[in-house]
Amino acid sequence: MNPMTTEQIRALIARGKLKDTVFQALGIICLAVGLLVIFLLVGDMLIRGMARLNLEFFTEFASRRAAQSGILSAWVGTLLVMLVTALAAVPLGVAAGIYLEEYAKRNWVTDIIEINITNLAAVPSIVYGLLALGIFVYTFGFGQSILSAGLTLALLILPIVIVATREAIRAIPAMIREGSMAVGATRWQTCRYHIIPYAMPGILTGVIIGLARAIGETAPIITIGALTFIAFLPPVPFAPTGVEGVSAGLFDWVMSPFTVMPIQIFNWTSRPDPAFEVNAAAAGFVLMGMVLSMNAVAIWLRYRMRKNIKW
Amino acid sequence: MFKQSKLVSALAVAGVALFGATAAQAQIVKIDGSSTVYPITEAVAEDFQKAKKNAIKVTVGISGTGGGFKKFCRDETDISNASRPITAKEMEDCKAAGVEYVEMPVAYDALTVVINPKNAFLKQATVEELKKLWEPAAQGTITKWNQVNPAWPDAPVKLFGAGADSGTFEYFTEAIVGKAKSSRGDYTASEDDNVLVQGVSRDVNAIGYFGYAYYAENMSRLKGLPIVNPKTGKAVEPSGANVENGTYVPLSRPIFVYVKLKSLDKPEVREFVEFYMKNADKLVREVKYVPLPKAIYDGNLKHAKDKKIGTVFGGKNEVGITVDEIMKREAKM
Repeated sequence: MNPMTTEQIRALIARGKLKDTVFQALGIICLAVGLLVIFLLVGDMLIRGMARLNLEFFTEFASRRAAQSGILSAWVGTLLVMLVTALAAVPLGVAAGIYLEEYAKRNWVTDIIEINITNLAAVPSIVYGLLALGIFVYTFGFGQSILSAGLTLALLILPIVIVATREAIRAIPAMIREGSMAVGATRWQTCRYHIIPYAMPGILTGVIIGLARAIGETAPIITIGALTFIAFLPPVPFAPTGVEGVSAGLFDWVMSPFTVMPIQIFNWTSRPDPAFEVNAAAAGFVLMGMVLSMNAVAIWLRYRMRKNIKW
Repeated sequence: MFKQSKLVSALAVAGVALFGATAAQAQIVKIDGSSTVYPITEAVAEDFQKAKKNAIKVTVGISGTGGGFKKFCRDETDISNASRPITAKEMEDCKAAGVEYVEMPVAYDALTVVINPKNAFLKQATVEELKKLWEPAAQGTITKWNQVNPAWPDAPVKLFGAGADSGTFEYFTEAIVGKAKSSRGDYTASEDDNVLVQGVSRDVNAIGYFGYAYYAENMSRLKGLPIVNPKTGKAVEPSGANVENGTYVPLSRPIFVYVKLKSLDKPEVREFVEFYMKNADKLVREVKYVPLPKAIYDGNLKHAKDKKIGTVFGGKNEVGITVDEIMKREAKM
């Protein structure tokens, strides 16, 4: 084989650089398409819903008159359901992730559990809804309540939280764990003082991604029987109930009927009166805002926690 | 296995003890069922809560007529919205659970056949023509307008209709094709009527059908097709007046609420039903449905008082039943 001339080498490099540029351009285009779609969607909703985005929209219940209709019961419902979801999914998911990563023995049982957790993440949400209808609504007798909905969505995002926890733990260098054990810490002490704090930013990201998925879910919530028209809020703890001398208990709100944002939006888009489309767009924008601010909080928390990790 | 079920029931008991006891005190009227009846019941619920200064709470869900009856017959709701009479199967379910109910017609809904406003050749249609267009045999063969009626142009037909799970689909096929749920399948089907509204408003050769309210709210971009009354031979426009005077047949139908007899013992449900029937005329009009004569609403209340339970339809859906006919049958009940 003849050695390459300088010309040939230059041509080779030029070709390589061209490919590099083409790939870079392609990447930018792909990114732009994704960003453009989301900007168009949010922008479109904002422009269409602008007229309804005022304070009353947040403080009024839904009404048959589009212009007086608001999202009070929907956003309160969504927040409370998310609260129950987070309270149920985070401890369970994080504990399960830590167990699998730090305690579980490597054998076929663990393998099967791992495969199933990954598979669970791919189960369609309506299936969780059906499961929850049978278990939470009927067997446990929770009824069509915030509790049922929150637990259903918690099941839905549990695999996401578990997987995120494990990924976060795996990213911690083995020497941290070994160092801790070397100075005589037990496994739990290692977890408590090293693994969990260091994995926290990653876990948090997973939790937020999970919650962001759950907040937009409609199918399982409809399956367990969330309502469409509801013009009252869950009872505030210790507030008077209207019945003489009886005030609401601390946990009464979890058993209250409710509605959530996606259901309200869906209902408005399917109304005969086109004026409701404005409401739907405005509510869609608010829901996007809720998801984005959740993500923003996660990014901020992650940033703060990372700063405290000193290795 | 035994151990597990014990654990489950223990948890259930704990759950009820923790949360159930106090929540039961709240006065809530629970309603679920048809999406067609929903706008009326929602309007009533909204005004009722305002009138009662929120002392009584009302919830309305949309599970569809069938889904609503399932909950109703499981004793979970007080009132069920229904866009058709209760079926024989549902009557059995209710009976098995010991649920007795009072049937109350609340309004007329007129299924409206709509075309594009730019469509110049369609002035009216007969039931036979619509049947030719929609029956299962038409699938793949009837694709041009002149195949239905030679006087119509050689242009493609674009069909839009209700999805197979809706009561609208059930009633339209029964009234036009002659057999419930028997329809051609090659049309744009949607449970969301706004999709159909948009489809028809964008295509000159389109024809579609849905509930009257969707037509009434979109009159600027749709044209309601007059349907020839099979008895008189005259084409009748879809309109509130024509539904009220009984000439818009066979596509008008009564819609109902079913009230559980046991719930009528609760003052909040009784008050709600009274409010419903007293304000029905005004509110039904407001949400673009056609109200029934006052005698029917008064009759409904009387039936509630006299505990007249059961249905006048005997578990069957009937096409083109008139108000007079319902009243006559109720009198015999």
